[in-house]
Amino acid sequence: MSLRLHGVSKISNGETHIYPTDLELQKGTMNVLLGPTSSGKTSLMRLMAGLDKPDTGKVFWESEDVTKKRVQDRDIAMVYQQFVNYPSMTVYDNIASPLKLQKKSAAEIDAKVQEMAELLKLTSILDSKPNEISGGQQQRCAMARALAKDVGLVLMDEPLANLDYKLREELRLEIPRLFEASGSIFVYATTEPEEALLLGGNTATLWNGRVTQYGKAMDVYRNPVDETTARVYSDPPMNFVSVQKDGAVVHFPDGQSTKLNDELARLPNGEYRAGFRAHHLEMSDGQSDAIEFAAKLIVTELTGSDTYIHVNAMDERWIGLIPGLHTFEVGEVLKISLNPKNIFFFDKDEQLVASPNHEPEKSGV
Amino acid sequence: MEKTVNQRAWLLVLPVLVLVAFSSIIPMMTVVNYSFQDSFGENIFFWVGLEWYQELLRSERLWDALGRQLLFSFIILMIEIPLGILVALSMPKKGISASICLVLMSLPLLIPYNVVGTIWQVFGRADIGLLGRILSDLGISYNYSQNAFDAWVTVIIMDVWHWTSLVALLAYAGLRSIPKPYYQAAMIDQASRWSVFRYIELPKMRGVLMIAILLRFMDSFMIYTEPFVLTGGGPGNATTFLSIDLVKMALGQFDLGPAAAFSLMYFLVILLISYVFYTVMITIDKDEAKQ
Repeated sequence: MSLRLHGVSKISNGETHIYPTDLELQKGTMNVLLGPTSSGKTSLMRLMAGLDKPDTGKVFWESEDVTKKRVQDRDIAMVYQQFVNYPSMTVYDNIASPLKLQKKSAAEIDAKVQEMAELLKLTSILDSKPNEISGGQQQRCAMARALAKDVGLVLMDEPLANLDYKLREELRLEIPRLFEASGSIFVYATTEPEEALLLGGNTATLWNGRVTQYGKAMDVYRNPVDETTARVYSDPPMNFVSVQKDGAVVHFPDGQSTKLNDELARLPNGEYRAGFRAHHLEMSDGQSDAIEFAAKLIVTELTGSDTYIHVNAMDERWIGLIPGLHTFEVGEVLKISLNPKNIFFFDKDEQLVASPNHEPEKSGV
Repeated sequence: MEKTVNQRAWLLVLPVLVLVAFSSIIPMMTVVNYSFQDSFGENIFFWVGLEWYQELLRSERLWDALGRQLLFSFIILMIEIPLGILVALSMPKKGISASICLVLMSLPLLIPYNVVGTIWQVFGRADIGLLGRILSDLGISYNYSQNAFDAWVTVIIMDVWHWTSLVALLAYAGLRSIPKPYYQAAMIDQASRWSVFRYIELPKMRGVLMIAILLRFMDSFMIYTEPFVLTGGGPGNATTFLSIDLVKMALGQFDLGPAAAFSLMYFLVILLISYVFYTVMITIDKDEAKQ
């Protein structure tokens, strides 16, 4: 079983929502569509589901062309950002509704509903109406409804975005479990790189209606093919600076330079873009092999255990993630450092030419 | 912190007190006063206690009018609510046609009651009215001034013509507030059009429909102008609803005492309905806040 998009595109009101896209999703895989708001995640899902017809291209289910097949006749289920349940039905009837429409026997329906309720911890509230239960439970109910159908393709469009932080974490851990139990193709849209990494499986990064890269979550994270993908797959977005490579040395705009390893030294000389993630900026501790910058602080944001610093350095604006809570003065000039082994190099066309040799990741994404 | 005593606050409340006193309390108390007295010319009054109330409650007149009134409100609701929903469901969802529709639907609501009455009164006349003339030429006997059934039909049509838009607009607003994913989810579930209406649209419109029902009930319960313009409550007493009866009693017969008692009882009924209205609204609000 597989879902294959072949050159599908979607234009609506003269605006291109999806540029021609090829994508093949295999049975039993978790596929995360990662991209910022209005990057085309929902549009792409609607094309996969058949809720929209593509303007060009074809959609194949296994080897069958389903481009023109109505959504009612397809083997899919969908979970939305809003909690969509039938308002006047109990949780039990909500989960049972698609099964009833499939004309299953009463015993079969009951067994399936109980199984789903068990899986999603809804057993104690089967007799409640959607407006009597919490947001998290409503979304569980919607998920149970989607999964009860036992379909080949389950689409989840930012299902956790409307939940509070605690519930989000809880459900986030359950989704891979549900996915394993189902054996379907899962497609999961999110704006958060962290979620994409937690769910694992494959990631497709989206930007302005294009799939910039598709592959195993870790591969995409470690080797983003271009600057856009790197930005999308980092939170906060990856920092960049233009550098000049000359032999085995790179020169930064402020005149500093650092030595490159042998592999990088072999790259042709010229201008490159150096990229690095926020948590690789550190407060300078005089390490010999790190590059040190003077950075003027613009904003600090405190989280529970870390500090985000927005700084100006070398005419670029960077965001750094520093462990611990710090109270810096706005306008203060900080000494921050970057280990060259954490730098990604992109060429003038923004394509990746070298990514760092990865050691186990530190905290943050 | 210690409370500061500031008597000037009374000064700020005064305008409202004066306004309410002159607009409600004084007229109301005058009516209460009348309802316990018998009056003759030259402002001579006699205390009669509860006599008027007892007489009214025993008289068939009040009960007949109330019966007619309830039947009328019931028919109005049975027609306007389903029709309004049907209109709302068939209205375009967006674009210029939706705007045009909304404007057209609002037009009847802007027309004063007595103009609506006059329009239909003339329209239905058998001698010069377009509708009346066509019907009589077709051989259908229709005469609202002589046939009670025709008079009822005419008043009901007037009200339906005048107020179905309100129900439709409220229902339309309710429909528009249903997020699209509900429809998509139903589509994916292979739900029929009827199921979508029964299990998504109707429950989601519950709040606005409740408001529509209560507004229409209250308003039709106080109907006066249309039957007054059409036949003055006739033929006979056929369209003499509560308001019309009250005016007949107070201004036609100048029975101030019974009329005052009548209006107080009428007022209590309206107050009771308002209370129900308020309670239902609060419950709906609570329900929706939970969602």
